[in-house]
Amino acid sequence: MKKFIASVMFALSATLMATTVMASGGVELEHANVDIHNKDSLQRGVKYYVNYCMGCHSLNYSRYNRIANDLGLTDEQAAKNLIFTRDDNGDLHKTGALMKNGMSQKQSAEWFGAPPPDLTLVGRSRGPDWIYSYLKAFYVDPTRPMGVNNTVFPNVGMPHVLWELQGLQEKHCTKEGEGEHAVEHCELKTVKAGSMTPAEYDQTARDLTNFLAYVGEPAALNRTTYGVFTLLFLGLFAIIAYFLKKEYWKDVH
Amino acid sequence: MAERPQHNYTGFLGWVEDRFPLMETWQAHLAGYYAPKNFNFWYFFGSLAMLVLVIQIVSGLFLAFHYKPDTSLAFASVEYIMRDVPGGWFIRYMHSTGASAFFIVVYLHMFRGLIYGSYKGKRELIWLIGMAIYLALMATAFMGYLLPWGQMSYWGAQVIINLFNTIPVIGEGLSTWIRGDFVLGDATLNRFFALHFFLPSLVLPALVFVHIVALHAVGSNNPDGVEIKKGPKGNRWSDTAPTDGIPFHPYYSVKDILGVVVFLIGFFAILFFAPEGGGYFMEAPNFEPANALKTPLHIAPVWYFTPFYTVLRAIPDPFFGTLAMFAAIAVLFVLPWIDRNPIKSWRYRTSAHKINLILFAVVFLVLGWMGVEAVTPAFKELGTRMTQIYFIFFVVLWIHSNPSKAKYVMWFGILLAAVVGYDIVFRYTPGDAGATSQMLMQFIWPVGYLALTLLLPAFKASCNEEKPVPERVTGH
Ligand code: HEC
Ligand code: HEM
Repeated sequence: MKKFIASVMFALSATLMATTVMASGGVELEHANVDIHNKDSLQRGVKYYVNYCMGCHSLNYSRYNRIANDLGLTDEQAAKNLIFTRDDNGDLHKTGALMKNGMSQKQSAEWFGAPPPDLTLVGRSRGPDWIYSYLKAFYVDPTRPMGVNNTVFPNVGMPHVLWELQGLQEKHCTKEGEGEHAVEHCELKTVKAGSMTPAEYDQTARDLTNFLAYVGEPAALNRTTYGVFTLLFLGLFAIIAYFLKKEYWKDVH
Repeated sequence: MAERPQHNYTGFLGWVEDRFPLMETWQAHLAGYYAPKNFNFWYFFGSLAMLVLVIQIVSGLFLAFHYKPDTSLAFASVEYIMRDVPGGWFIRYMHSTGASAFFIVVYLHMFRGLIYGSYKGKRELIWLIGMAIYLALMATAFMGYLLPWGQMSYWGAQVIINLFNTIPVIGEGLSTWIRGDFVLGDATLNRFFALHFFLPSLVLPALVFVHIVALHAVGSNNPDGVEIKKGPKGNRWSDTAPTDGIPFHPYYSVKDILGVVVFLIGFFAILFFAPEGGGYFMEAPNFEPANALKTPLHIAPVWYFTPFYTVLRAIPDPFFGTLAMFAAIAVLFVLPWIDRNPIKSWRYRTSAHKINLILFAVVFLVLGWMGVEAVTPAFKELGTRMTQIYFIFFVVLWIHSNPSKAKYVMWFGILLAAVVGYDIVFRYTPGDAGATSQMLMQFIWPVGYLALTLLLPAFKASCNEEKPVPERVTGH
């Protein structure tokens, strides 16, 4: 009995504590400014994704041919440019396959300290701003197993896989004020340039983010179009219903 | 065999009518059911609730075609519906938006009952059946939320089911019995799916049916709270029908169509343009599959449960917190016996009563708001104060039953003393200066509430005046 009370207390107090963590640990997120209707951006995004991310992060609920279809690619183009993962027989995946990778969750957990999660829905659970900021927030930290840390996701297990593009950043913090009222102010500074300019890298991070936002909810591509027509129809219907009601109610005094 | 009433239907309709009371039922409950002619905005929500029930049953059925109640498959099957089933995303959003819409509609429907005293005049059973519907609805939504097997599904259910553990002696056995296992898992998901199908498709329609049967036996109340059946007889459709009544069909059927269309505009605007409802209809962590090893940072139930969640959190002792949460719902059942005032509609009751009802609505909203917010000392205190007012409301409602004889000042003293006593005995922690200053500062809420509902009518006669109820309905 006591144990169970304790467990409920724990659950409730965990909620209480979580709030303090959220209140203090949050960093300012940058606005991702993505547009899932920008097909060029999505095409670039999916390319970066299959080249740089797919080896670790599956997209278990999404299929290659759905993405090809939505992004205006033919099945052949998809097979040639997007599919590098293999099925149990060692054959390249078919275009209709789910985008699984061969990574073993258990092994990878040992390598990175945490298994790389499936990212199909990260666009909805974390949101675009978070992903965009996260991809820009890696910095050199020799105390971490992968040599990098992240201001948006502290002590992350993921290596900075895009470092050749972005270059390397270091975190510089300055303290303002004294004692209890000291405010730490931190900045990321590039210490080694990458193959891309900062603007180019921002665009790459945005394309990746855009792709993850799209793949989180492919239905969003045309959901709003249906919405416009539905509401137009209902608007008309409302006018007719209003006058119908008025006509009938002439009798009521 | 009982005599069937004569009818003039011929052809197929006549053939059916000889064998089944089709038109007789149509006549009794629609074309010949006389409803007061002065229904207003608040009277749309009954028919809208029925519409949403149909939406939920139909969309739920289509979801069930593809959904897999298995902890290793459930999450993926919902994403399969979202991506691979043609129109699947639409079906799912109908269902998830419908769940929230149901509660919006039902809360407004219940508040209508409160302001017009619709549980009075032999209508207590209608209210009780309505409360049963509300309970079944909450159970259905709670179990439905587990089905997608996301992080919030899992942890929300975890927190709520663990509450039963706090019940002395039988608690552990009870929660194990609910889960069907010692931990929340496959057995739980499977039975929740079965119950989530059974409750709304069989129990809810049955309850709605008796709700309507009871209503049509007694007759509808209206914004004036005038019994049209007690008024004069005879109108342009019938010599025996109440003069202030009009046939439900076609008058209220065409009016309800208008209500339905306006409702659907809002419903589809959310469904197509903001299906997550700003994170309130679908919570972001629920897009991550359930993980028993990873507690989400912030566990909040879906918005429609948050007022009661705040009541739960207002009392630190888990058992008494749970008790308070269930009491907050249970007390609504006995509302018809708390409000003893013979005047039904708030239109003719005292201003103090009107203030009381409006403040109750505000308090309910603030309770809901506190349930979605992370707890800070100020919010925690606000939630606690609103919980106190939530319960005091029912006492004040009872005091307002007889305004001319009410001992307002005495009750003001008693209730204020109760609040202070409760604070000192159960809440005051010497040494916790922060909490104490919050407690003192936010003491303003119960004092203000009691002053407005009890002192105002005591010292300002105009706030304690009831108006004579008219003989006939006003308007239309
Ligand atoms: C070498 C393997 C590896 C590669 C390649 C990789 N990641 Fe990761 N990623 C991880 C690991 C491991 C984690 C989990 C970190 C943790 O939980 O500490 C992670 C976490 C993430 C998260 C956070 C997920 C969450 O909700 O917690 C995002 C977003 C992410 N990765 C995006 C990407 C993107 C975009 C790419 C491609 C540019 C990429 N990753 C490439 C290993 C990888
Ligand atoms: C009172 C009526 C009902 C309410 C309030 C309700 C509520 C809910 C809720 C809140 C969810 C989780 C939504 C989500 O996050 O996706 C859900 C899921 C589900 N419901 Fe219902 N429901 C009702 C009726 C029904 C009926 C009648 C059926 C079956 C015939 C059904 C089948 C399902 C299925 C299969 C799911 C899981 C799929 C999913 O999560 O999208 N529901 N329900």
